Amino acid sequence: MSPAAGFARTLRAEWTKFRTVRGWVLGTVVAALLVPLLAAVSAAGSHASCDRNGVETACPEPPLGPDGRAVHDKFFFVHRTLDGDGSITVRLTSMSGIITYPPPDHDEIVPGLVPWAKAGVIVKASMEPGSSYAAVMATGEHGVRMQHDYTGDVAGRPGGAPRWLRLTRAGETLTGYESADGRQWAEVAAVRLPDLPAEVEIGMFAASPGDLTVKQADLGGLIEQMRFTETTAVFDQVKVEGAAPGAWRHTDVSPTPGTNPGEVHHPGSAVESGGTFTVVGSGDIAPVGTDGGMAVELTLTGILFALVVVVVVAVLFVTAEYRRGLVRVTLAASPRRGRVLAAKALVIGGVVFAAGLAASAVAMPVGKHLLRGNGNHVLPVPALTEVRVIAGVAALLAVSAVLALALGTLFRRSAAAVVTALALILLPHVLATASVLPVELSLWLLRITPAAAFAVQQSIPEYPQVVDFYVPQGGYYPLPPWAGLGVLCCYAALALALAVVRLNRRDA
Amino acid sequence: MNRALHAEWTKLRTVAGTGPLLLLAVVLTVAMGAALAATLTCPWGRCAQDSVKLTFSGLPVSQACVALLAVLAVGGEYGTGMIGTTLTAIPRRGRVLAAKAAVVAGLTAVAGTVAVLASALAGRLILPGRGYPALSLADGPTLRAAAGSVLYLALVALLGVGIAMAVRDPAASIAAVLGLLYLFPLLAHMVSDPGWHRVLWSLAPMNAGLAVQTTVNVASLPIPPWAGLGVLAAWSAAALLAGGLLLRARDAS
Repeated sequence: MSPAAGFARTLRAEWTKFRTVRGWVLGTVVAALLVPLLAAVSAAGSHASCDRNGVETACPEPPLGPDGRAVHDKFFFVHRTLDGDGSITVRLTSMSGIITYPPPDHDEIVPGLVPWAKAGVIVKASMEPGSSYAAVMATGEHGVRMQHDYTGDVAGRPGGAPRWLRLTRAGETLTGYESADGRQWAEVAAVRLPDLPAEVEIGMFAASPGDLTVKQADLGGLIEQMRFTETTAVFDQVKVEGAAPGAWRHTDVSPTPGTNPGEVHHPGSAVESGGTFTVVGSGDIAPVGTDGGMAVELTLTGILFALVVVVVVAVLFVTAEYRRGLVRVTLAASPRRGRVLAAKALVIGGVVFAAGLAASAVAMPVGKHLLRGNGNHVLPVPALTEVRVIAGVAALLAVSAVLALALGTLFRRSAAAVVTALALILLPHVLATASVLPVELSLWLLRITPAAAFAVQQSIPEYPQVVDFYVPQGGYYPLPPWAGLGVLCCYAALALALAVVRLNRRDA
Repeated sequence: MNRALHAEWTKLRTVAGTGPLLLLAVVLTVAMGAALAATLTCPWGRCAQDSVKLTFSGLPVSQACVALLAVLAVGGEYGTGMIGTTLTAIPRRGRVLAAKAAVVAGLTAVAGTVAVLASALAGRLILPGRGYPALSLADGPTLRAAAGSVLYLALVALLGVGIAMAVRDPAASIAAVLGLLYLFPLLAHMVSDPGWHRVLWSLAPMNAGLAVQTTVNVASLPIPPWAGLGVLAAWSAAALLAGGLLLRARDAS
């Protein structure tokens, strides 16, 4: 008999064993049902509404950027319409600002710039919030940057104002330059904006993201507080080339509504006098993080519960053989023990992957629909990201099952194997996301333990150009999605290898 | 009853695993508590964190050892068929369960007392260096936290015995106990409505039970400290009741 045929027979034998034990099949079905069930329960218990002048209304949703993700698009804009190609050149002579009530005492307004306070020149597709743009800017602490379409960010040279900035448009291509003296120019970056129409808005802007402080809440949550900040930028030597006739127009893009109807909370402003422009703005032009809504993976929290059931089934899949003595028959029928374990791993991994895929593919759309129906803002992500989250979560369950199977083979004792598997996969994740540990320790747990695999469900990436509290509680993991899953795979492979060694050495 | 207790004590004493698990529980309690107490800070000059709760914060980890001990004390008998011999020797099944529960909980309470006293000592030594007052058991809320922590571990042991008696299979039982302890609190985080959040939070045996350790901002807890321990006690009682009824109703093998 060829080795392939031999393996096929072993595989078939293991599949038959699995599907004929009622408890295991039932366990897998229960695990799969738990995911959509808990998604529905969690969505049903989460309502969101906003108070507007004493009336409950739907909460305003952030605008969507060119790639469909939610974005912040709030700044003060001094602009003209540019038809076709052209450029803007300015000298940013100074940048100053205020930060309201910063820690420790929260009792005064201090002068200063937050690290990502921004001022510079921008070309924007339209005045519609969320529309395509490219900008060259000076920042509070991160030097000159060229940013575009909310997520793109290229660093120029360090340092702030005074600084000359230039942005040129040629078709779809926008090129940013900077200069210390207005004579020697250095290119920061060139980007392509495919969504840009012929007629665009070109001009100067100022923005300043809120100042974030975080403190631990009593029930294990976090209290994030954003404090208002403002940037004042002074421009002169303003020169626009290309077809841009008419006077400068002033627009407060996405102003925050005040308490009274028609009122604006902390409006921005611009003053022009003798070719000098003083622009005051707050807000940010940047992607929205998980604090701006609910990430889609929140609909899949049920996989933690499913994981417990899956681990038990996978462990019993091997330890039950030892308890009943069936393992002697199994090993007599296929004496190559490594092959038996490989077949078992393939069967349990395959079954769990299929069940997990079905479960999360149902849970995510159902959960999203219910959450939105209850007024929650679910952060939109590209379809491919959703597919990765769904498939990744199924893979997480499947590889965890293989790890549990290997541990069951190593220990032969079901309780010890279940506890070890849960302590390796589930416990670090629960501890790291429950804010009982210091943040640094939580991050290390999610790098080096099998719980790193939960990174595969993160749908909102971490942006270096946005100050946020990037912690596991907020849905941010220290490793990239597939790398995290890779850590779990390494553990599973190691445990399988040890199990094969043990299986070959020890009497059954 | 004395004979039943003696028998259970002999079984638990001679099973491999009891000693190491209890030792691990003590070590984990003290080590976790000391490690976290050593990371305490006074952010922005305010020492407002719950230093007592943090000193006893090894419990959420060490409770897993206690749960495993309890599950193995029951599940081990079903695995080896020893349960048949036990029930032949002592046909009153309620008595068997009572004796088992008493021995497991008693032994856990002893280990828990050692662990909590050692943690308190660690807190006494570490906290002054972090800007907090030295931990003293003469302080009312601190004593409540310490005594409550010992009771908490004993109640977790009872929960484990009850669930294992009902489920029998050691793998499934330990998963059920750990799931109840660690995953139930997640349900509270999965709903955002404040009312539901508080209800689920107060129903979770781990959250509610560990409320007894809180010494700062007690008024902001969804459930008062002793009432929280009462919630855990109710879970344990329900598990023991279910275990007892099933033990009475079912054939033992």
